[in-house]
Amino acid sequence: MQQITGAKLFVNALKEEGVDKIFAYPGAVVADLFDEIGKQDDIQLILPRHEQGLIHAADGYARSTGKVGVCLVTSGPGATNIVTGLANANYDSVPLVCFTGQVPTGLIGNDAFQEVDIIGITRNICKYGVTVRNREDLGRIIKEAFYIARSGKPGPVVIDLPKDVQVAPGSKEYPEKVSIRGYKPVTEVHVGQLKRGFKLLKSAKRPLFLVGGGLNISRANDSFLKLVDIMKVPVISTIMGRGAIPSDHPYFVGNVGMHGSYASNMSIMNCDVLFSIGTRFNDRITGDLNEFAPNARIVHIDIDTSAISRNVTVEVPIVADAGNAVEKMLEWATPLDTGEWMNTINGWKEERPLEMKKGKGLSPQVILETVNEMFPEYIAVTDVGQHQMWCTQYLEINSKRQLLTSGGLGVMGFGLPAAIGAQFGNPEAQVICISGDGGAQMNIQEMATAVCHKLPVIFCIFNNSYLGMVRQMQQLFYGKRYVGTCLRWQKDKCPDHCKGPGDQCPPYVPDFVSLAESYSALGIRVTDPKDIKLAFRDAAANKNGPTLIEFIIDTDEIVLPMVKGGNPISSMIFSPKGV
Amino acid sequence: MAEMKKRWMSLYVENQVGVLSKISGLFSAKMYNLESLTVGTTEDESVSRMTIGVAADDVTYEQIKKQLNRMVEVIKVIDLENVPAHMKEIMFAKINNINAEKMTELFQIAQVFGVRVVDMGTKTATIECVQTESKNNEMIKLLKAKFSTIEIVRGGNVAIESVSVTDRY
Repeated sequence: MQQITGAKLFVNALKEEGVDKIFAYPGAVVADLFDEIGKQDDIQLILPRHEQGLIHAADGYARSTGKVGVCLVTSGPGATNIVTGLANANYDSVPLVCFTGQVPTGLIGNDAFQEVDIIGITRNICKYGVTVRNREDLGRIIKEAFYIARSGKPGPVVIDLPKDVQVAPGSKEYPEKVSIRGYKPVTEVHVGQLKRGFKLLKSAKRPLFLVGGGLNISRANDSFLKLVDIMKVPVISTIMGRGAIPSDHPYFVGNVGMHGSYASNMSIMNCDVLFSIGTRFNDRITGDLNEFAPNARIVHIDIDTSAISRNVTVEVPIVADAGNAVEKMLEWATPLDTGEWMNTINGWKEERPLEMKKGKGLSPQVILETVNEMFPEYIAVTDVGQHQMWCTQYLEINSKRQLLTSGGLGVMGFGLPAAIGAQFGNPEAQVICISGDGGAQMNIQEMATAVCHKLPVIFCIFNNSYLGMVRQMQQLFYGKRYVGTCLRWQKDKCPDHCKGPGDQCPPYVPDFVSLAESYSALGIRVTDPKDIKLAFRDAAANKNGPTLIEFIIDTDEIVLPMVKGGNPISSMIFSPKGV
Repeated sequence: MAEMKKRWMSLYVENQVGVLSKISGLFSAKMYNLESLTVGTTEDESVSRMTIGVAADDVTYEQIKKQLNRMVEVIKVIDLENVPAHMKEIMFAKINNINAEKMTELFQIAQVFGVRVVDMGTKTATIECVQTESKNNEMIKLLKAKFSTIEIVRGGNVAIESVSVTDRY
C-alpha cells in the first residue's frame, strides 16, 4: 500500500475536516508541515506576528463562524505562547484544534532545544490534549481532535506532533468515523425532565429566562426568540449571552451581574422561577451566592453536567444542548400572563436606566451609540476592561450583529487579533474592534497581519490613559490610590505622589496615530464628539486595510452600575462617589 | 457547612501516558482532598482501574464525579458510596531493634490479628497486613504503642464491587 509522510497526512486530514484557513507560525520542528502546506492551495496559511495573537485570531475566526479554528505553532516558546489563548477558548467553549511541534520522540525528556511538555502544561486548560507517539496513530488522533473540539460543549484540543512523526511514512488512511469510549457528548434532550422544568416555568407568576453563551454557541437564537415571543417571558443575559434575543426587544431586560443593569439584577432578586439556559452561574453573574435569586425556584439547562448545581442549587437540572431543548419547548409553548411582572420590570428600567452623564464631551456611550446608528450589521470584538463592559451595555446586538468578547478568562490583548480572525472568517462583514489603550498594546503587533492581508477592520481604542477597570476599583474601594494603573507615568516627569491627571502630565506613549501610520494603516484621532461620525465614515470607506481610531475619553469615566465582588447583586453602586 | 466524609470511587480510564497526572491534577487544581489513589491495569490492558479515596461533602463529591466523567480519558466512574464492595489495603510494617521478648510479642500480634510475618532477622521483622484501611490504622497505633522504631509502607486501597445478590441464590 502507498505510504505517505505524517506531514502529508496532516494536510490531507485538514482538508477532510473542511479546514480552509490555518493560523500558523513557523519554527524548526514544524518546517516539514509548513513545506507540505505550501504544496497545496485549498488551505490558506495565515501568519500572525505572535503566537498569542495567532491563537486569539483562530478563536475569533471560530467564534464568528462556528467552525473549528486551527492553529499550528512550533515547540517550546511557540507552544507556551498559546497557553493564554487555550485557557481563554476553554473558558468560553470555543472549538480549536492546535498543533504544536515537538522535538523528535527520541529527544523528549532530554531538555532538548525548544522542548517543553506542552501537554502537561495545558492539561487543565483544554478539553483534550495528546502527544502523537506513533505515526500510525496520527490519522485517528486528528479525527478525534476535531470531533472532540466541535461536539458537546466545544473547546480547545492540543495535538503535540514530534518531528519524527511528521516525516515518518505510514498509511494514508484517514478514518471516517470516531469512537471514543470515554467521550459520549449529550445529544438527546431528556423530555421528562424538560417537561418538569417547563411546567415549573408555566406555573410562575414572575418567570424569568437567564441565558448565557451556550445559547449563542448552539445558534439557537431564532427558535429562542420565537419562544420568548410566544410565552412573553422576560429575558436577561450574561455578557456571553448578549444577543440571544435582539437586545432592543421589549422582553429583553438587560445584562445581569457585576455590571448588570438595575432592572436585570432586580428581576433576578424578585423572580419566582428562574429558567436558565447555557450559563455556568459564574461569580460575576451571581455575586454573593447566598443572596442570589432568593425567591426563585431554578431550572437549569446546560450541556455540561458539571456546570449544573455547582454554584447554585437547582431544582430541575436538565442536561441538554440549548438548541435542542428550546426546539422541544417550542412545541409546548403558550403565552403566560406576565403583564404585571413586565410592568414592574419596566418600572425598574425607568427608575434607573443605563446611561452615562451627557454633554461631557466624548463619552463611550455616545461613541457606541454612533456605532449602532451607523452600522446596521457588524461583528463587534472587544478587548477586556471598561470598554468591554460599555460594549456589553450599549451595543445593540441582534441577528445581524455579533459580539465577541473574552468572557470567562478576561484576556487583555484578545480584541485586535480576534477581530482579525473574525474578518478572515467573514470577509464581507464590517468588523469593529473596540479596545482600551492598555489592552491595545498587548497584541498591537497584529496590526501588521491586518495590513498585510488588507483586512478592513476598524480598530477603535478608547484611550483614557489608564488601566481603567482597575483604576475604577482603586477609585471606589482603595481610597483613590492609583497604584500602577497610569499609562502616562514617566521617570523624572511625574511627582512621587500623583495629584491626578492634568496638563502637566507627560505625553501618552505610544502616539497611536503615528503607530498606525508606521504600519501603513490609516490612523485617526478623535477628541470631539462631532468628529465621531466622520471618523467612522472614513474608516468604513477604507476598504483596503485596517483603520485605527483613537478616541480620547475622560479618565474618570467609570462603568456603572457596579456590584463589588462577593456582594449580593442587589447591592449596586450607581455613583462614582461609591457606596 | 456540609459534612465532610471519606468516600470511595473506582474509575475506569484509558491506560495512556498522562492520564494519572490528569486525574491527580484535577484534585489539586480544584482543591479536592485526595486521600488515596491506586491504579493498575485491568483484564483489558488498554484500560486501567483506579481506586480513589476522597474526603468531601455531598456537593463537592457530586462535582468530583461530574468533573471526572467529563474527561475524555475517563471511561466510567463507579461510586462505591452505596455499593457493597470488597476493599483491602496492603501495608508492610518493619519493626527494628527488637529483643527476643519483643519479637515474641510481635508474633503474637500477628497471630491474633491475622496478619503475616513475612521476613525476619535477629533484631528486625516485617509483617504484611492485607486488611481494611481502618484496621491498618489500628494496627499502626498498636505497633507504635508496643515498639519504638517502626517503618510503615502503605499501598492504598483497592476495591471491587461485591458479587451481585441475584447471582447468589
